[in-house]
Amino acid sequence: MTLFSFQDIAEPAVVSGPDTAWLLVATALVLLMTPALACFYGGLVRSKNALNTMMMNFAALGVVGVVWALVGYSIAFAPGSALIGGIDYLFLRNVGLEAKGTIPHILFAMFQGTFAIITAALISGAVVERMRFGPFLVFLATWSVVVYAPVCHWVWGGGWLGELGALDYAGGTVVHINAGTAALVAASILGPRRDYGQQAILPHNVPLVLIGAGLLWFGWFGFNAGSALAANEVAALAFANTLLAPAATLVVWMLLDLARTRRTTAVGAATGIVVGLVAVTPAAGFIPPPSALALGAIAAVPSYFAIIKRARTALDDSLDVTAAHGLGGVVGALGTGVFASAVWGGVDGALGGNVGQLGIQGIAVIAVIAYSFGATFVLFKVMGMVTPIRVPREDEARGLDVPLHGEEATTTGEGAILIPPEVQLARLAREPIALPMEGGK
Amino acid sequence: MKLITAIVRPEKLNDVLKALYFAEVRGLTITRAQGHGGEMERVETYRGTTVKMGLVEKVRLEIGVSDHFAERTVDAIVTAARTGEVGDGKVFVVPVEQVVRIRTGETDMAAVTPPFPSASPAT
Repeated sequence: MTLFSFQDIAEPAVVSGPDTAWLLVATALVLLMTPALACFYGGLVRSKNALNTMMMNFAALGVVGVVWALVGYSIAFAPGSALIGGIDYLFLRNVGLEAKGTIPHILFAMFQGTFAIITAALISGAVVERMRFGPFLVFLATWSVVVYAPVCHWVWGGGWLGELGALDYAGGTVVHINAGTAALVAASILGPRRDYGQQAILPHNVPLVLIGAGLLWFGWFGFNAGSALAANEVAALAFANTLLAPAATLVVWMLLDLARTRRTTAVGAATGIVVGLVAVTPAAGFIPPPSALALGAIAAVPSYFAIIKRARTALDDSLDVTAAHGLGGVVGALGTGVFASAVWGGVDGALGGNVGQLGIQGIAVIAVIAYSFGATFVLFKVMGMVTPIRVPREDEARGLDVPLHGEEATTTGEGAILIPPEVQLARLAREPIALPMEGGK
Repeated sequence: MKLITAIVRPEKLNDVLKALYFAEVRGLTITRAQGHGGEMERVETYRGTTVKMGLVEKVRLEIGVSDHFAERTVDAIVTAARTGEVGDGKVFVVPVEQVVRIRTGETDMAAVTPPFPSASPAT
């Protein structure tokens, strides 16, 4: 049972215990991916910006979670046109315990919501260390409604790409190409960090990056195998491919590192794992396991060199969202068109004689890139006209954690002076009052 | 011989290092420090507890130079580290009795490299 054909079921849908149990777990796993991404991104930036980077991801859990429930789910999945869903599910109306496929409708909506959250959170990687937090929150809310939900509808919600036969098992186009393209636009419009190309900008906590990558892999089993929407053989296939492809990508990535620099790096390993996961995402339930190994191995190469190349350009896509997710997603989507096998996933790809599938995948890739690019561009530009989106120069130099969040990621606390509550209240009321050491009582 | 101690902002450190390099100053020691001069304290909040951070992160540079180098070193540091905001830091020039290079045992002028500025310094 693949995502784009569940609406063709003729017999009445009934909630299945095993399927529901698995999807309950899968939803939690996918939710875990967003805090995992926060760790992955947080470790890659400088310590003075760690909290802001992680907050952008944690905030997505809230902002996109709420917006999805109110509006996004309906736009994505309510019956509507070829381009956009309808209003049937606004505010989660009509989304109850009845079966959608073999799981409760509300669970399906939540599962999909975790996808919306991580997609928007991914974009934060391109704008770290220089974006104002308020505009970023607004961006999260508007992007998930204007860009994510329609694209989701096109592929999974009964829209035109699904109807065309585009294969996207768990979100190669909907999530990764979408976010990767938006990241490119965001990084371009926002402009590079002041230190970019001037100073070495180094990750402040590589073990945190590794923890993030590991948890992302763990959660990704829910992302891919959960997209079977059932606890069945296809879920097992997706699960297996989600182990095999990133493993192959990791090996090839380490070999590339060895060949180029005679050393394998931890950050490289973490990145390689993520690229492999991205590439297998659209293919997970459609390709045979040996093909997953091949796809994973192939996917390492373009992203590896794209990252190196990008660092030499003026584009400050700081955490390489476009190279890892955008390009990895394209490789995965086209790879699905090559490796898909009817025996395993119901549809044949080019290697099975169905070359047309590769063409359909190409159309889907181009369509999503075009829409994501254009719509994100408009969103960012309009936002920039209404309010400054970049932080002031001094804040960028000193780090965003204190100015934007009033906190430090790690601090000894030495030299910190406790402000007593009565002084706090007086300050809030704008009354003049001095601390004891300033000459007050 | 002089010992130049400078307290500068951490975010200006790279600019200062670059300026020192172009001034042909080689050899320095950097330590992380906390301190404050006249700047306004920042307020931070942790779970309902509000605190004033009385100390601000700074970086201390210590450079041993020959008398010939003292002025250009100070100029390089001051120009590179200045932002115009309160908290830019200070430079102290202190006379030093003796400088010894540990590897060779050379003292004073022979212990610093280069001992004299070149005729046409790079800017």
